[in-house]
Amino acid sequence: MTIMIDTGNYIAAKAAVMARPAVVPAYPITPQTTLVEGIANYVKSGEFKGEYICVESEHSAMCACIGASAAGVRTFTGTSSHGLLLMHEMLHWAALARLPVVMCNINRVIGPGWNIWPDENDSISQRDTGWIQFYCSSNQEIFDTVIQAFKLAENEKVLLPVMINYNAFILSHTSMPAEIPEQKEIDDYLQKYKPKWKLDVNNPITFGNIILPAAYEKIRKDMQNSSENAKKLIPEIAKEWKEKFGRYHGGLIEKYRCDGAEYILLAMGAIGAESKVAIDNLRKNGLKVGLARVRAFRPFPKEEILKLGKQADLIVIDRNISVGSEGALFSEVKAALYGKSDAKVYGFIAGLGGKDVPYTDIEIICKKSINGRVKECEWYNLEGV
Amino acid sequence: MKKYNVATTISYPKKGAMGKTGSWRIFKPILDKAKCVKCLRCWIYCPEGTVIRNKDDTVDIDYDYCKGCGICANVCKVKAITMEREAKKK
Repeated sequence: MTIMIDTGNYIAAKAAVMARPAVVPAYPITPQTTLVEGIANYVKSGEFKGEYICVESEHSAMCACIGASAAGVRTFTGTSSHGLLLMHEMLHWAALARLPVVMCNINRVIGPGWNIWPDENDSISQRDTGWIQFYCSSNQEIFDTVIQAFKLAENEKVLLPVMINYNAFILSHTSMPAEIPEQKEIDDYLQKYKPKWKLDVNNPITFGNIILPAAYEKIRKDMQNSSENAKKLIPEIAKEWKEKFGRYHGGLIEKYRCDGAEYILLAMGAIGAESKVAIDNLRKNGLKVGLARVRAFRPFPKEEILKLGKQADLIVIDRNISVGSEGALFSEVKAALYGKSDAKVYGFIAGLGGKDVPYTDIEIICKKSINGRVKECEWYNLEGV
Repeated sequence: MKKYNVATTISYPKKGAMGKTGSWRIFKPILDKAKCVKCLRCWIYCPEGTVIRNKDDTVDIDYDYCKGCGICANVCKVKAITMEREAKKK
């Protein structure tokens, strides 16, 4: 094991290369650029021996991932914001084709209003594509989740693509130390990829042919079943990882000081990490507040959230807004409790457009909720409206 | 033939898996064998494999499955294939 002190993107590049994908299609977009640049550096050094394809758009990047994966090899790519949106059609395609593509998405604001800062609306708007979605809160978690993602995606009970999300700049461009296992350890953990179906000239098939309604519905149900399987596997993979590599970032959610908590804060990504500082300070002041950082948004951990809702009232921070409704996590948390828990749920929209959400603000959000002085869904600290 | 046990849309090769697609045709390719120089461009370019190559490199068209796209007529260098409307306008 070595310690690598580097940015989230370079650490994701290291993880991707150590997973030995055969094909990496790449199209740069801020703030993902240094991720594919990092992989390009490994092409130059000889450490990455696969095909590195400089494609002409993100749509093509995902097409190339699908083509390569359908030909039976491991693939990886990365994108961000508008790049992810341009991929949208092919995201559905990869999932319906049951191809275990792994991709990092660096959460960035959607324009117009050109803005490169962190905001989760890009990936939240892709939640119904069938992709498994993780949200990371440290560079170490990015490394570990990229490797775990291949293990999960390629499991024959899952066969769904995986998106690893992390916040622009806060993680993508900030250096932190991360423990990097030896290549042999990764090779032992992540066996050579064996496709469950592939395009093969010696065994010709047609893929994506016309399909009648009843058969199509079965395919959707199988995806749903596989996503439920992933829900069981994610905590198992996290546990196995802890036993092998000594690190743990939670399963579907990461609980922090939830014992005896009367209020539990739910957040994702970097706000989830920042919240730990807020929880420590609130606990010092005698307030019984805990944190549940949602690590997997798809599959959604509704059973675990219901358990939290039976213990405490919930406070949800969303760095996204489903315009015309409310924060996506807020909606889903309430849906998980519906008819089974009387917990109060307070929703806050915070940090859109990359606005900073420091622990001091998170403390205020928690205190406001505890005092009951909040609307059902509040835009925290909105300026000039 | 190897079959895959994955719930997705995989179909296996079989003649006429979609039925007799020749019924979709609006324009019909008519081959003038006297003009044909056996270059086989039509056989190479036909996207549906409905140009049948004979042992002597002459060709025939399988009208059960030809959809009438007209590519064969377009690539024929000696204009041996012409496209004719299936049903004449009234």
